[in-house]
Amino acid sequence: MSQQQTLSVPPKAIPQGRLGIWILIAGELVIFGGLIAAYLMNRLRYPDQWSEQAAHTSTFFGAFNTVVLLFSSYSIVRAHAAATRAQVNKVLVWMSITIGCGLLFLVNKTIEYSGEISHGFTMTSPRLQEAGNQIGSLFWSFYYTMTGLHGTHVLAGMVAMLIVMAGVRKGKNLHRVELVGMYWHMVDLIWIFLFPLLYIAK
Amino acid sequence: MGQAIHLNGNGHHEQSFWTKYLFSTDHKTIGMQYIITGLFMAAIGGFLAYVFRMNLAFPGEAIPLFGELGPQQYNMLVTNHGMIMVLWVAMPILVSGLGNLLIPTMIGTDDMAFPTVNMLSYWIFLLSSVVLLASFFVPGGGFAGGWTLYPPLSAGAYADTSPDFFTALFSGTSLFILAVALEIVSMLMGGINFLVTTINKRAPGMSAFKMPVMVWFLCIASLDFMFSVAPLVAGAVMLLFDNILGTGFYDPVRGGDPVLFQHLFWFFGHPEVYVILLPALGVIGEIITVFSRKPLFAYRTIVKLSLIAAVLAIVVWAHHQFIAGIDPRMATFFSVGTIIISIPFAGVFLSYMATLWGGSIRFSAAMIWALGFIGLFLIGGLTGLFLGSNTFDIYAHDTYFVVAHFHYTLFPIVFFAFFAAFYYWFPKFVGKQLNEKLGKIHFWLTFVFFNGTFFLLFFNGLMGQHRRVHDYSLFSNVIQEPYITFEKISTVCAILLIVSQFIFLYNLVISLRKKERAPSNPWNAATLEWQTSSPPPHGNFPVPVKVYHGPYEYSNPSFSLDYVPQNYDERIMDTESKQDQYEPTADIISTT
Repeated sequence: MSQQQTLSVPPKAIPQGRLGIWILIAGELVIFGGLIAAYLMNRLRYPDQWSEQAAHTSTFFGAFNTVVLLFSSYSIVRAHAAATRAQVNKVLVWMSITIGCGLLFLVNKTIEYSGEISHGFTMTSPRLQEAGNQIGSLFWSFYYTMTGLHGTHVLAGMVAMLIVMAGVRKGKNLHRVELVGMYWHMVDLIWIFLFPLLYIAK
Repeated sequence: MGQAIHLNGNGHHEQSFWTKYLFSTDHKTIGMQYIITGLFMAAIGGFLAYVFRMNLAFPGEAIPLFGELGPQQYNMLVTNHGMIMVLWVAMPILVSGLGNLLIPTMIGTDDMAFPTVNMLSYWIFLLSSVVLLASFFVPGGGFAGGWTLYPPLSAGAYADTSPDFFTALFSGTSLFILAVALEIVSMLMGGINFLVTTINKRAPGMSAFKMPVMVWFLCIASLDFMFSVAPLVAGAVMLLFDNILGTGFYDPVRGGDPVLFQHLFWFFGHPEVYVILLPALGVIGEIITVFSRKPLFAYRTIVKLSLIAAVLAIVVWAHHQFIAGIDPRMATFFSVGTIIISIPFAGVFLSYMATLWGGSIRFSAAMIWALGFIGLFLIGGLTGLFLGSNTFDIYAHDTYFVVAHFHYTLFPIVFFAFFAAFYYWFPKFVGKQLNEKLGKIHFWLTFVFFNGTFFLLFFNGLMGQHRRVHDYSLFSNVIQEPYITFEKISTVCAILLIVSQFIFLYNLVISLRKKERAPSNPWNAATLEWQTSSPPPHGNFPVPVKVYHGPYEYSNPSFSLDYVPQNYDERIMDTESKQDQYEPTADIISTT
């Protein structure tokens, strides 16, 4: 029995879990909002130095990851649609696909990071600093912080999905598929903002 | 049925000692855990204040119970006193503690919307307290760069130590930032709970304007907190990276900008004042209506006014940065905004005055604490108007004028409002009545010594006494009478202020040892939490309540009692049909 069933839920209320996730999403968006605002401020301040650094990010990997995440949004929608019809097996299949997409995203990210690190672009980019390009190294600090925080959210979403799947296998808590789906869409949405900011704008 | 259903579906479940008092998901236990932890941290914060006040009055002398105090330690104590009192005392006591106790009982429900998240939120909070206290004892000592965490002082751990990740991670600075981040996470979880509980779990009939004003204010405070604190989460992560990884987000040499952190900090830091002010105003609103036996004057208006204030609170943050080199045109905007924000709160104050007007006032302990709050916060608020004006602020910034102003706002908010709440709701949630006479003695001593501690500091501040100096021997303008004496009076009063709190502890102990139980409604209050037993059982209301009346229907001449309980149903004949109307739809959760 889920917590939602109490006598005091007035009719037509938004289910509790959904409301909680909406508020969580609002909070998360402002967290990334603060980071993006700080990034934009610096970007406007150092337009040339930063676009020079942004040219080193891999648009191909970024675009590929965007496609992967967009597809994973589609698959979690299918999982939710199956959950409303209580088709447990379908839910499990579509959620596994979503987790697979998340994994693919992280693998791509890792390949991308290792390429960048091997070229000397790290969190602090000592090579750029030694060459006197302090401002350029700040771009990479932002790059790793923003994509890293986003990657952490992807990982958290995957763990949450595994927990939800464990319940779904026993036929319990099917409504949680929708909740984790909402969170996943948010992660996707944030990437839609990060991708142009960090990869395309050069 | 209502109380059994929310746990695991079977009507009875055993609660062991662990699940009842420690790992409890019951909102009442969690609320009390927050308050007890908050009071413990307040004792630590108070002790730190005692040490550095002694040093200010008697520089260079060994301090009883502490010993010699060097400049670095002095800075560490002031820094930690500030952060402890704001984030580990005001937030847990006023927002999480009172919110947990009051929101479910006032809106007539069994528990929070997410009891497990609620428990987790407390444990993360406790962990954050432990991390903060641990930061005192790491090599190099605790963080000493001022409670506002401004870089470069807060970003130096990496540069100070050898460039080693773990040394930097376990430095006082990093642990301090980590503790703040954990505390914020805990409060965010609490905020989600408060909002969802209030939106979704109100008892049938509890429409928005039948909620007590306390619930409104707690929700507005949670909204403000959740919106404003999120950028600081990002800011704290960046600061932590500056410390442990050696990035340069706030390092001007590397193209970073220290003022960026000030913006991120005060974007949270200023609304934070209202986050703790609003619950305090809620407490006062509840108490003055009950003890003047009158409805709250202009209830709807003050709710709307505080919504306006909550929005304004988000756009005035940079008045803390007038001397940080921000654009003067921007400073004018923030100045005007800051002064405008006093209008909604003046409205709330007027409403409270009008509530008192012509009421049959009973000066119980809770009531005099509430009235003390109104008087003292007024001084704090009015001196805030001076500081909001950037022309004056440029001179007064970072002097003791700011310290006195700040304590005239925060001390009434945190302690006067909390003690008012404590004397008022203690019988409800503990089930014992506190001693009223001791409560009043406690009030008068606190009131006198609080004013003694902080009022004279306004004058020291106007003389230009800077607030972050450990020893004033070189400042000729303050090393003269009467300012040296003021400094000493302030310290003596601060010590007496701390000592007076033992009356409160004594009162607490003798009341807990009393045998007789408190009645369920000792103050004849109309709100829902008083319509169940004291203390409320697990699940709060043995029978699900329905609400028919507003929260402040006092002195209604057409009614036999002088108050109408919110759940009082004069049309008992209609109850059956009403019940059908409010029955929840059974399939609301399973699949949507």
